[in-house]
Amino acid sequence: MTKRISTPLDEETLAELKAGDKVLLSGSVYTARDAAHERLIKLLEAGEELPIEIEGAVIYYVGPAPAKPGYVIGPAGPTTSYRMDPYTPQLLDAGLKGMIGKGSRSREVRDLLQKHKAVYFGAVGGAAALISSSIKESEVVAYEDLGTEAIRRLKVEDFPLMVVDDIYGDDLYEQGVEKYRIKQEV
Amino acid sequence: MRQVDVSTIRDEVARLSQETNYYLDEEILAAFEEGREEDESPAARAVFEQLLENARIAAEEQVPMCQDTGTAVVFLELGQEVELVGGYLEDAINEGVSRGYTEGYLRKSIVEGPADKRKNTGDNTPAVIHTRIVPGDQVKITLAPKGGGSENMSRIQMMKPADGLEGIKDFVVETVVEAGPNPCPPVIVGVGIGGNFEKAALLAKEALLEPISDDNKNSEMPELEREILEEINKSGVGPQGFGGRTTALGVNIKTYPCHIASLPVAVNINCHAARHQSVTL
Repeated sequence: MTKRISTPLDEETLAELKAGDKVLLSGSVYTARDAAHERLIKLLEAGEELPIEIEGAVIYYVGPAPAKPGYVIGPAGPTTSYRMDPYTPQLLDAGLKGMIGKGSRSREVRDLLQKHKAVYFGAVGGAAALISSSIKESEVVAYEDLGTEAIRRLKVEDFPLMVVDDIYGDDLYEQGVEKYRIKQEV
Repeated sequence: MRQVDVSTIRDEVARLSQETNYYLDEEILAAFEEGREEDESPAARAVFEQLLENARIAAEEQVPMCQDTGTAVVFLELGQEVELVGGYLEDAINEGVSRGYTEGYLRKSIVEGPADKRKNTGDNTPAVIHTRIVPGDQVKITLAPKGGGSENMSRIQMMKPADGLEGIKDFVVETVVEAGPNPCPPVIVGVGIGGNFEKAALLAKEALLEPISDDNKNSEMPELEREILEEINKSGVGPQGFGGRTTALGVNIKTYPCHIASLPVAVNINCHAARHQSVTL
Protein backbone atom coordinates (compact mmCIF):
# COMPACT_ATOMS: atom_id res chain seq x y z
CA MET A 1 0.00 0.00 0.00
CA THR A 2 1.20 3.47 -0.84
CA LYS A 3 0.56 6.40 1.52
CA ARG A 4 0.05 9.91 0.16
CA ILE A 5 1.43 12.61 2.46
CA SER A 6 2.03 16.37 2.29
CA THR A 7 4.39 18.89 3.84
CA PRO A 8 4.70 20.35 6.39
CA LEU A 9 4.74 17.02 8.22
CA ASP A 10 2.45 17.10 11.25
CA GLU A 11 2.52 14.76 14.23
CA GLU A 12 -0.39 12.69 13.03
CA THR A 13 1.20 11.99 9.64
CA LEU A 14 4.56 11.15 11.17
CA ALA A 15 2.92 8.71 13.60
CA GLU A 16 1.37 6.78 10.70
CA LEU A 17 4.62 6.21 8.84
CA LYS A 18 6.40 2.89 9.37
CA ALA A 19 9.78 1.73 8.10
CA GLY A 20 9.21 0.03 4.74
CA ASP A 21 6.12 2.06 3.80
CA LYS A 22 5.91 3.33 0.25
CA VAL A 23 5.07 7.01 0.23
CA LEU A 24 4.16 9.65 -2.34
CA LEU A 25 5.13 13.05 -0.98
CA SER A 26 3.66 16.36 -2.16
CA GLY A 27 4.32 19.94 -1.10
CA SER A 28 7.48 21.94 -0.42
CA VAL A 29 10.88 20.48 0.31
CA TYR A 30 14.23 22.25 0.64
CA THR A 31 17.37 20.97 -1.02
CA ALA A 32 20.64 21.01 0.91
CA ARG A 33 23.80 18.92 0.87
CA ASP A 34 27.30 19.15 2.33
CA ALA A 35 28.25 22.82 1.83
CA ALA A 36 24.77 24.24 2.58
CA HIS A 37 24.57 22.22 5.80
CA GLU A 38 27.87 23.63 6.95
CA ARG A 39 26.52 27.17 6.47
CA LEU A 40 23.18 26.45 8.17
CA ILE A 41 24.97 25.12 11.23
CA LYS A 42 27.23 28.19 11.39
CA LEU A 43 24.09 30.37 11.47
CA LEU A 44 22.53 28.27 14.23
CA GLU A 45 25.72 28.42 16.26
CA ALA A 46 25.83 32.21 15.87
CA GLY A 47 22.20 32.41 16.94
CA GLU A 48 21.18 33.89 13.60
CA GLU A 49 18.03 33.29 11.58
CA LEU A 50 18.01 30.49 9.00
CA PRO A 51 17.15 31.27 5.36
CA ILE A 52 14.52 28.48 5.44
CA GLU A 53 11.42 27.80 7.51
CA ILE A 54 12.76 24.85 9.47
CA GLU A 55 9.69 24.08 11.62
CA GLY A 56 8.12 20.90 10.21
CA ALA A 57 10.36 21.13 7.14
CA VAL A 58 11.67 18.36 4.93
CA ILE A 59 15.23 18.58 3.57
CA TYR A 60 16.17 16.67 0.44
CA TYR A 61 19.86 15.79 0.13
CA VAL A 62 20.42 16.53 -3.54
CA GLY A 63 22.65 18.47 -5.89
CA PRO A 64 20.67 18.58 -9.13
CA ALA A 65 22.18 18.63 -12.60
CA PRO A 66 21.58 21.86 -14.55
CA ALA A 67 18.14 22.27 -16.13
CA LYS A 68 17.91 22.03 -19.89
CA PRO A 69 15.95 24.88 -21.51
CA GLY A 70 12.26 24.33 -20.88
CA TYR A 71 12.84 22.15 -17.81
CA VAL A 72 12.04 23.15 -14.20
CA ILE A 73 15.16 21.39 -12.92
CA GLY A 74 17.76 18.91 -14.13
CA PRO A 75 17.93 15.28 -12.98
CA ALA A 76 17.78 15.31 -9.18
CA GLY A 77 18.32 12.03 -7.36
CA PRO A 78 19.38 11.65 -3.73
CA THR A 79 22.96 11.85 -2.50
CA THR A 80 24.39 9.65 0.28
CA SER A 81 23.03 10.83 3.63
CA TYR A 82 25.68 9.83 6.19
CA ARG A 83 27.75 12.86 5.24
CA MET A 84 24.99 15.06 6.68
CA ASP A 85 24.87 13.11 9.99
CA PRO A 86 27.20 15.51 11.85
CA TYR A 87 24.87 18.45 11.08
CA THR A 88 21.55 16.71 11.65
CA PRO A 89 21.22 16.93 15.48
CA GLN A 90 21.13 20.75 15.44
CA LEU A 91 18.62 20.85 12.61
CA LEU A 92 16.36 18.41 14.45
CA ASP A 93 16.60 20.65 17.52
CA ALA A 94 15.52 23.54 15.32
CA GLY A 95 12.37 21.70 14.19
CA LEU A 96 13.30 19.67 11.10
CA LYS A 97 10.81 16.79 10.65
CA GLY A 98 11.89 14.96 7.54
CA MET A 99 14.96 14.14 5.50
CA ILE A 100 15.23 12.51 2.10
CA GLY A 101 18.41 10.82 0.89
CA LYS A 102 19.93 7.41 0.36
CA GLY A 103 21.95 5.16 2.59
CA SER A 104 22.25 4.52 6.32
CA ARG A 105 22.21 7.11 9.09
CA SER A 106 24.39 6.98 12.19
CA ARG A 107 23.15 5.39 15.39
CA GLU A 108 23.05 8.86 16.93
CA VAL A 109 20.82 10.29 14.18
CA ARG A 110 18.49 7.31 14.35
CA ASP A 111 18.08 7.73 18.10
CA LEU A 112 17.43 11.43 17.65
CA LEU A 113 14.79 10.76 14.98
CA GLN A 114 12.94 8.72 17.55
CA LYS A 115 13.38 11.38 20.22
CA HIS A 116 12.28 14.28 17.99
CA LYS A 117 9.59 12.24 16.19
CA ALA A 118 11.08 12.88 12.77
CA VAL A 119 11.39 10.57 9.76
CA TYR A 120 14.13 9.68 7.27
CA PHE A 121 12.98 8.74 3.77
CA GLY A 122 14.93 6.94 1.05
CA ALA A 123 14.60 7.90 -2.60
CA VAL A 124 15.97 5.63 -5.31
CA GLY A 125 19.57 6.65 -5.90
CA GLY A 126 20.32 6.98 -9.57
CA ALA A 127 16.67 7.40 -10.59
CA ALA A 128 17.40 11.08 -11.10
CA ALA A 129 15.65 11.68 -14.41
CA LEU A 130 12.51 9.94 -13.15
CA ILE A 131 12.48 11.82 -9.84
CA SER A 132 12.85 15.21 -11.55
CA SER A 133 9.53 14.61 -13.31
CA SER A 134 7.80 14.87 -9.90
CA ILE A 135 9.39 18.29 -9.25
CA LYS A 136 7.02 20.99 -10.47
CA GLU A 137 8.74 24.18 -9.26
CA SER A 138 12.26 25.06 -8.17
CA GLU A 139 13.54 28.31 -6.73
CA VAL A 140 16.92 29.10 -5.20
CA VAL A 141 16.31 30.54 -1.72
CA ALA A 142 19.87 30.74 -0.38
CA TYR A 143 23.56 30.35 -1.22
CA GLU A 144 23.29 30.78 -4.97
CA ASP A 145 27.10 30.94 -5.06
CA LEU A 146 27.20 27.24 -4.19
CA GLY A 147 25.79 26.31 -7.61
CA THR A 148 24.36 22.80 -7.46
CA GLU A 149 24.77 22.89 -3.66
CA ALA A 150 22.57 26.01 -3.23
CA ILE A 151 19.41 25.70 -1.13
CA ARG A 152 16.33 25.43 -3.34
CA ARG A 153 12.68 25.28 -2.45
CA LEU A 154 11.07 22.58 -4.56
CA LYS A 155 7.40 21.99 -5.09
CA VAL A 156 6.96 18.26 -5.55
CA GLU A 157 3.99 16.15 -6.53
CA ASP A 158 3.90 12.47 -5.70
CA PHE A 159 7.63 12.15 -5.09
CA PRO A 160 8.13 8.35 -4.70
CA LEU A 161 9.85 7.47 -1.40
CA MET A 162 10.30 4.68 1.10
CA VAL A 163 10.22 5.24 4.86
CA VAL A 164 13.68 4.15 6.04
CA ASP A 165 13.73 5.31 9.69
CA ASP A 166 10.42 5.91 11.45
CA ILE A 167 9.61 7.54 14.80
CA TYR A 168 9.48 4.13 16.49
CA GLY A 169 13.15 3.32 15.96
CA ASP A 170 12.67 0.85 13.13
CA ASP A 171 15.00 0.85 10.12
CA LEU A 172 14.17 -0.47 6.66
CA TYR A 173 17.77 -1.34 5.80
CA GLU A 174 18.08 -3.59 8.85
CA GLN A 175 14.71 -5.18 8.26
CA GLY A 176 15.35 -5.75 4.54
CA VAL A 177 18.74 -7.35 5.04
CA GLU A 178 17.41 -9.54 7.85
CA LYS A 179 14.56 -10.75 5.67
CA TYR A 180 16.62 -11.62 2.60
CA ARG A 181 19.98 -12.60 4.10
CA ILE A 182 20.89 -16.21 3.45
CA LYS A 183 22.42 -17.47 6.66
CA GLN A 184 25.65 -19.44 6.61
CA GLU A 185 25.25 -23.16 6.95
CA VAL A 186 26.76 -24.40 10.19
CA MET B 1 54.22 8.33 -37.89
CA ARG B 2 50.49 8.84 -38.16
CA GLN B 3 49.42 12.30 -37.16
CA VAL B 4 46.39 12.82 -34.94
CA ASP B 5 45.22 16.32 -34.12
CA VAL B 6 44.40 16.70 -30.45
CA SER B 7 41.29 18.69 -31.43
CA THR B 8 39.80 15.37 -32.60
CA ILE B 9 40.48 13.89 -29.17
CA ARG B 10 38.89 16.96 -27.56
CA ASP B 11 35.74 16.59 -29.68
CA GLU B 12 35.42 12.88 -28.96
CA VAL B 13 35.85 13.43 -25.22
CA ALA B 14 33.09 16.07 -25.33
CA ARG B 15 30.77 13.69 -27.19
CA LEU B 16 31.53 10.72 -24.92
CA SER B 17 30.99 12.85 -21.78
CA GLN B 18 27.41 13.37 -22.84
CA GLU B 19 26.62 9.98 -24.35
CA THR B 20 27.91 7.97 -21.39
CA ASN B 21 25.66 10.01 -19.11
CA TYR B 22 22.54 9.74 -21.29
CA TYR B 23 22.67 6.14 -22.47
CA LEU B 24 23.05 3.12 -20.22
CA ASP B 25 24.77 0.02 -21.56
CA GLU B 26 22.53 -2.73 -23.00
CA GLU B 27 24.15 -5.24 -20.67
CA ILE B 28 23.12 -3.25 -17.59
CA LEU B 29 19.59 -2.73 -18.93
CA ALA B 30 19.30 -6.49 -19.45
CA ALA B 31 20.43 -7.07 -15.86
CA PHE B 32 17.76 -4.60 -14.64
CA GLU B 33 15.11 -6.48 -16.61
CA GLU B 34 16.24 -9.76 -15.13
CA GLY B 35 16.06 -8.27 -11.64
CA ARG B 36 12.59 -6.88 -12.26
CA GLU B 37 11.37 -10.33 -13.24
CA GLU B 38 13.32 -12.49 -10.83
CA ASP B 39 14.23 -10.80 -7.55
CA GLU B 40 11.94 -12.26 -4.92
CA SER B 41 11.76 -9.00 -2.95
CA PRO B 42 8.86 -6.74 -4.01
CA ALA B 43 10.86 -3.66 -2.98
CA ALA B 44 13.72 -4.83 -5.20
CA ARG B 45 11.44 -5.36 -8.18
CA ALA B 46 9.99 -1.88 -7.66
CA VAL B 47 13.51 -0.39 -7.68
CA PHE B 48 14.35 -2.16 -10.95
CA GLU B 49 11.11 -0.87 -12.44
CA GLN B 50 12.10 2.69 -11.50
CA LEU B 51 15.62 2.24 -12.86
CA LEU B 52 14.32 0.98 -16.20
CA GLU B 53 11.87 3.87 -16.43
CA ASN B 54 14.65 6.27 -15.46
CA ALA B 55 16.96 4.91 -18.16
CA ARG B 56 14.21 5.26 -20.73
CA ILE B 57 13.57 8.92 -19.82
CA ALA B 58 17.29 9.73 -19.80
CA ALA B 59 17.85 8.26 -23.27
CA GLU B 60 14.69 9.73 -24.82
CA GLU B 61 15.13 13.22 -23.42
CA GLN B 62 18.92 13.17 -23.53
CA VAL B 63 19.33 14.08 -19.90
CA PRO B 64 21.78 12.43 -17.50
CA MET B 65 20.45 9.24 -15.90
CA CYS B 66 21.95 10.34 -12.56
CA GLN B 67 22.47 13.89 -11.31
CA ASP B 68 25.94 12.83 -10.20
CA THR B 69 27.59 12.89 -13.59
CA GLY B 70 30.82 12.05 -11.90
CA THR B 71 34.50 12.68 -12.07
CA ALA B 72 35.47 12.38 -15.72
CA VAL B 73 37.90 9.45 -15.74
CA VAL B 74 39.68 9.12 -19.07
CA PHE B 75 41.68 6.10 -20.17
CA LEU B 76 43.83 6.67 -23.18
CA GLU B 77 45.68 4.00 -25.12
CA LEU B 78 48.10 5.88 -27.30
CA GLY B 79 49.77 4.00 -30.15
CA GLN B 80 53.51 4.61 -30.14
CA GLU B 81 53.41 5.29 -33.87
CA VAL B 82 51.08 8.24 -33.37
CA GLU B 83 52.34 11.80 -33.47
CA LEU B 84 50.00 14.14 -31.66
CA VAL B 85 49.76 17.60 -33.21
CA GLY B 86 47.80 20.78 -32.58
CA GLY B 87 48.44 21.25 -28.85
CA TYR B 88 48.98 19.47 -25.56
CA LEU B 89 47.04 16.24 -25.09
CA GLU B 90 45.83 16.82 -21.52
CA ASP B 91 44.67 20.35 -22.31
CA ALA B 92 42.63 18.93 -25.17
CA ILE B 93 41.06 16.28 -22.94
CA ASN B 94 40.14 18.86 -20.32
CA GLU B 95 38.69 21.17 -22.97
CA GLY B 96 36.59 18.23 -24.15
CA VAL B 97 35.35 17.56 -20.62
CA SER B 98 34.60 21.23 -20.05
CA ARG B 99 32.66 21.52 -23.27
CA GLY B 100 30.84 18.20 -22.89
CA TYR B 101 29.74 18.90 -19.31
CA THR B 102 28.74 22.50 -20.02
CA GLU B 103 26.89 22.00 -23.29
CA GLY B 104 25.36 18.72 -22.15
CA TYR B 105 23.78 20.14 -18.96
CA LEU B 106 25.84 17.77 -16.83
CA ARG B 107 26.60 18.53 -13.20
CA LYS B 108 29.94 20.07 -12.31
CA SER B 109 31.12 18.15 -9.28
CA ILE B 110 34.83 18.90 -9.02
CA VAL B 111 36.28 21.14 -6.29
CA GLU B 112 39.83 22.45 -6.06
CA GLY B 113 41.63 22.90 -2.77
CA PRO B 114 40.15 19.58 -1.64
CA ALA B 115 41.47 19.82 1.91
CA ASP B 116 40.35 23.36 2.69
CA LYS B 117 38.86 25.70 0.06
CA ARG B 118 36.76 23.15 -1.81
CA LYS B 119 35.89 25.61 -4.55
CA ASN B 120 33.97 24.26 -7.55
CA THR B 121 36.09 24.53 -10.70
CA GLY B 122 32.92 25.28 -12.65
CA ASP B 123 33.35 22.96 -15.61
CA ASN B 124 34.07 19.55 -14.08
CA THR B 125 37.76 19.73 -14.93
CA PRO B 126 40.36 18.53 -14.40
CA ALA B 127 39.68 15.00 -15.58
CA VAL B 128 41.54 12.06 -14.05
CA ILE B 129 43.64 10.84 -16.96
CA HIS B 130 45.39 7.48 -17.34
CA THR B 131 47.55 7.20 -20.44
CA ARG B 132 49.28 4.04 -21.65
CA ILE B 133 51.61 3.86 -24.61
CA VAL B 134 50.70 0.80 -26.70
CA PRO B 135 51.91 -0.70 -30.00
CA GLY B 136 50.36 0.57 -33.24
CA ASP B 137 49.14 3.82 -34.71
CA GLN B 138 45.71 4.20 -33.13
CA VAL B 139 44.32 6.15 -30.22
CA LYS B 140 41.68 4.55 -28.02
CA ILE B 141 39.75 6.88 -25.71
CA THR B 142 37.55 5.51 -22.94
CA LEU B 143 35.46 7.84 -20.86
CA ALA B 144 34.13 6.52 -17.55
CA PRO B 145 32.29 9.12 -15.43
CA LYS B 146 32.42 7.93 -11.83
CA GLY B 147 29.97 8.97 -9.14
CA GLY B 148 31.08 10.00 -5.66
CA GLY B 149 28.76 7.79 -3.60
CA SER B 150 30.17 4.51 -4.83
CA GLU B 151 33.76 5.76 -5.05
CA ASN B 152 33.58 6.69 -1.35
CA MET B 153 32.79 3.07 -0.43
CA SER B 154 35.88 1.67 -2.19
CA ARG B 155 38.83 0.26 -0.26
CA ILE B 156 42.38 -0.93 -0.64
CA GLN B 157 44.25 -3.28 1.63
CA MET B 158 47.84 -4.47 1.65
CA MET B 159 47.17 -8.10 2.60
CA LYS B 160 49.60 -10.78 3.64
CA PRO B 161 50.43 -13.44 1.03
CA ALA B 162 49.25 -15.97 3.65
CA ASP B 163 45.75 -14.46 3.53
CA GLY B 164 45.36 -16.14 0.14
CA LEU B 165 42.14 -16.64 -1.79
CA GLU B 166 39.95 -16.87 1.30
CA GLY B 167 41.35 -13.63 2.67
CA ILE B 168 40.78 -11.86 -0.63
CA LYS B 169 37.24 -13.17 -0.86
CA ASP B 170 36.37 -12.09 2.68
CA PHE B 171 37.82 -8.62 2.15
CA VAL B 172 35.89 -8.01 -1.08
CA VAL B 173 32.59 -9.34 0.26
CA GLU B 174 32.96 -7.40 3.51
CA THR B 175 33.70 -4.17 1.63
CA VAL B 176 30.56 -4.45 -0.48
CA VAL B 177 28.24 -5.69 2.24
CA GLU B 178 29.37 -3.12 4.81
CA ALA B 179 28.80 -0.38 2.23
CA GLY B 180 25.16 -1.51 2.32
CA PRO B 181 22.82 0.99 0.66
CA ASN B 182 25.40 3.78 0.35
CA PRO B 183 26.98 3.06 -3.05
CA CYS B 184 23.57 2.68 -4.79
CA PRO B 185 23.27 -1.07 -5.19
CA PRO B 186 22.94 -3.14 -7.30
CA VAL B 187 26.61 -2.44 -7.75
CA ILE B 188 29.38 -3.64 -10.00
CA VAL B 189 32.55 -4.64 -8.19
CA GLY B 190 36.00 -4.08 -9.65
CA VAL B 191 38.81 -5.94 -7.92
CA GLY B 192 42.51 -5.39 -8.47
CA ILE B 193 44.89 -8.00 -7.10
CA GLY B 194 48.67 -7.61 -7.17
CA GLY B 195 51.04 -5.01 -8.55
CA ASN B 196 51.63 -2.57 -5.73
CA PHE B 197 49.65 0.06 -3.83
CA GLU B 198 48.65 2.27 -6.77
CA LYS B 199 48.63 -0.50 -9.38
CA ALA B 200 46.02 -2.50 -7.47
CA ALA B 201 43.71 0.53 -7.35
CA LEU B 202 44.12 1.17 -11.05
CA LEU B 203 43.46 -2.49 -11.86
CA ALA B 204 40.25 -2.32 -9.81
CA LYS B 205 39.11 0.73 -11.77
CA GLU B 206 40.02 -0.93 -15.08
CA ALA B 207 38.07 -4.01 -14.05
CA LEU B 208 34.94 -1.82 -13.97
CA LEU B 209 35.35 -1.17 -17.69
CA GLU B 210 35.03 -4.87 -18.51
CA PRO B 211 31.71 -6.51 -19.48
CA ILE B 212 29.76 -8.20 -16.68
CA SER B 213 27.73 -10.83 -18.47
CA ASP B 214 29.12 -14.36 -18.78
CA ASP B 215 28.68 -14.22 -22.56
CA ASN B 216 30.89 -11.17 -22.95
CA LYS B 217 33.41 -11.83 -20.24
CA ASN B 218 37.02 -12.79 -20.67
CA SER B 219 37.87 -13.42 -17.04
CA GLU B 220 41.27 -14.06 -15.52
CA MET B 221 39.69 -15.67 -12.44
CA PRO B 222 36.13 -16.68 -13.34
CA GLU B 223 35.66 -19.00 -10.40
CA LEU B 224 36.66 -16.46 -7.78
CA GLU B 225 34.43 -13.87 -9.45
CA ARG B 226 31.47 -16.24 -9.30
CA GLU B 227 32.11 -17.16 -5.67
CA ILE B 228 32.39 -13.54 -4.59
CA LEU B 229 29.24 -12.54 -6.50
CA GLU B 230 27.30 -15.38 -4.95
CA GLU B 231 28.48 -14.49 -1.46
CA ILE B 232 27.62 -10.79 -1.92
CA ASN B 233 24.15 -11.66 -3.14
CA LYS B 234 23.52 -13.84 -0.09
CA SER B 235 23.85 -10.70 2.05
CA GLY B 236 20.25 -9.61 1.54
CA VAL B 237 21.24 -5.94 1.04
CA GLY B 238 19.48 -5.83 -2.31
CA PRO B 239 18.78 -2.93 -4.68
CA GLN B 240 19.12 0.37 -2.78
CA GLY B 241 19.62 -1.65 0.40
CA PHE B 242 15.85 -2.16 0.70
CA GLY B 243 16.40 -5.93 0.99
CA GLY B 244 16.62 -8.41 -1.86
CA ARG B 245 18.72 -10.88 -3.77
CA THR B 246 20.47 -8.53 -6.19
CA THR B 247 23.15 -6.60 -4.34
CA ALA B 248 25.74 -6.85 -7.11
CA LEU B 249 25.25 -7.34 -10.85
CA GLY B 250 28.80 -8.44 -11.48
CA VAL B 251 32.30 -8.90 -10.11
CA ASN B 252 35.34 -8.36 -12.32
CA ILE B 253 38.90 -9.18 -11.24
CA LYS B 254 42.15 -8.02 -12.79
CA THR B 255 45.57 -9.18 -11.61
CA TYR B 256 49.23 -8.22 -12.02
CA PRO B 257 52.38 -9.88 -10.69
CA CYS B 258 53.58 -8.49 -7.38
CA HIS B 259 56.45 -8.51 -4.86
CA ILE B 260 57.16 -11.69 -2.87
CA ALA B 261 56.23 -9.86 0.35
CA SER B 262 52.96 -8.39 -0.90
CA LEU B 263 49.35 -9.08 -1.74
CA PRO B 264 47.70 -5.72 -2.53
CA VAL B 265 43.93 -5.94 -3.03
CA ALA B 266 41.76 -3.01 -4.12
CA VAL B 267 37.98 -2.96 -4.37
CA ASN B 268 36.42 -0.24 -6.51
CA ILE B 269 32.63 -0.14 -6.32
CA ASN B 270 30.50 1.21 -9.13
CA CYS B 271 26.85 2.12 -8.67
CA HIS B 272 24.28 0.65 -11.03
CA ALA B 273 24.79 3.64 -13.35
CA ALA B 274 27.86 1.91 -14.76
CA ARG B 275 28.92 4.39 -17.40
CA HIS B 276 31.77 3.87 -19.82
CA GLN B 277 32.19 4.20 -23.56
CA SER B 278 35.14 3.98 -25.89
CA VAL B 279 36.12 5.18 -29.33
CA THR B 280 39.15 4.29 -31.42
CA LEU B 281 40.69 6.89 -33.71
